[in-house]
Amino acid sequence: MAFDKMELKDIEVWDGNFAAAQALRQCQIDVVAAYPITPSTPIVEGYGKFLADNYVEGEFVMVESEHAAMSGCIGASAAGGRVATATSSQGFALMVETLYQASGMRLPIILNVVNRALAAPLNVNGDHSDMYLGRDSGWIQFDAYCPQDAYDLNFIAFKVAEDHGVRLPAMIHQDGFMTSHTAQGVHTMSDDKAYSFVGDFKPMNDMLDFEHPVTHGVQTEEDWHFEHKARQHNDLMTKVMPKIQAAFDAFEEHTGRKYNIVEQYDMEDADVSVVCMGTSVETAREVATEMREKGIKAGVVGIRVIRPFPFVEIQEALKGVKAIATLDRSSPNGAPGMLFNEMAGALFNCEERPLLSGYVYGLGGRDLTKKHLTDLYAELQANIDAKKVTTPLQQFIGVRGPKLQFL
Amino acid sequence: MANTGWDEFEIGAMLRTFDGKIDDIAGTLQEDRNYTQNSSFSASVADWRIEKPVFNKDFCIDCQFCWIYCPDISIIARDKKMIGIDMDHCKGCAICVEVCPTNPKSLLMFPEQADEESEIAGWPAKEIKEK
Repeated sequence: MAFDKMELKDIEVWDGNFAAAQALRQCQIDVVAAYPITPSTPIVEGYGKFLADNYVEGEFVMVESEHAAMSGCIGASAAGGRVATATSSQGFALMVETLYQASGMRLPIILNVVNRALAAPLNVNGDHSDMYLGRDSGWIQFDAYCPQDAYDLNFIAFKVAEDHGVRLPAMIHQDGFMTSHTAQGVHTMSDDKAYSFVGDFKPMNDMLDFEHPVTHGVQTEEDWHFEHKARQHNDLMTKVMPKIQAAFDAFEEHTGRKYNIVEQYDMEDADVSVVCMGTSVETAREVATEMREKGIKAGVVGIRVIRPFPFVEIQEALKGVKAIATLDRSSPNGAPGMLFNEMAGALFNCEERPLLSGYVYGLGGRDLTKKHLTDLYAELQANIDAKKVTTPLQQFIGVRGPKLQFL
Repeated sequence: MANTGWDEFEIGAMLRTFDGKIDDIAGTLQEDRNYTQNSSFSASVADWRIEKPVFNKDFCIDCQFCWIYCPDISIIARDKKMIGIDMDHCKGCAICVEVCPTNPKSLLMFPEQADEESEIAGWPAKEIKEK
């Protein structure tokens, strides 16, 4: 069955959701099994419309829950198709059991996660709670900061995930509403150019290969389970990062747009740096430039690849920095915070150990303002001047009432 | 499965049923198929059974009911003739006995340790049904 191509302008005004939907169309996804949820709904809705309008050759499977959505994706991927879906928040939480199935079965499914808070209390706005929930699930996790990233990272994710040396599922995260519903100029690729980057899907041990029957999702107990998990972890630790770097390089060659495992902004000579993810990276960059005008050598480190965690790349990026703040947009609920922990782990054995402090911000879509970041950079500079962390190690930004801080 | 290391098996929590390529599997009898050690066909689950079915061919009419209903494909039939039971995979569920339509039944359940020949020698007689 033939499908129609779509004429795109070089720059289209798209929000993050539509950018992701367009990428799914251009990658010619065979199967999308989905149970739409705010704020990710327009991604699968968009694919469904492209399918109905004959812009893509595939199947849209309407299911009864997110658990079923990912299960449908797993079945279709094991059968040998290019598969993707999207979700957020509670839907992501309901998917968790099947996320581990997908990664353990080494199925290259692409999941667009439009980050949103987790209830209770119920909240549809963006924070990173769902993204953090997925971090031990064995998936590759990319983080988009704007609609352009959401578009580009989908192609990169397919390229990496489907590589026979990787064969792991990947998530592309974008901030709910801040990215997903904010329209910006997005540089596009023509349908042919976009498809040529990902290429035809190359199946591996697919169930539809009737000459080589396989059983997928087998059971192993204490005899073999550990080896399977060790293999998966080994591949995440050693094989994935080089493939991501290669995909970033190939994408730059293909489009001129450059992505990095760790995105550095003004880091060459930075004394103080924040480490953050999502839309906050762009805000922090703006503030860092303003801080430099005030004489504070500020930089920003944005995490582009959350899993596998860029342990070595982070050490490299933060070399010479004297004070660092981690910005966690998810309630750690009894711990210092994921980024704080990861950063402490990465930096603890470094020769020049910087001063590290953690901040929790933006829960349930609460704004992170430039004023917040200006104050934060000033605190980091004060830490350098005092040669110690002058504040508690964990502070909450932008929450009502008396100052909330711990440790 | 051989005692290989974590880096030696195929990824994906998957196992192959056959060694190499297969064709016309539907036209190949089970005993002639190239099953791997990972196929459940290669594993005996006979010890799951407490009672076993005994087949008495004297009363069998080859209706194939047992062959159709067996949930473990453990009724062996060739050319539409019932020839026996795959005792490596039969789990003793007795569905074959339940669906057997002959009088007396051609399949009956006995304790696992029962001697087949003596049970067949003492097979129940045809049941006379009152009108």
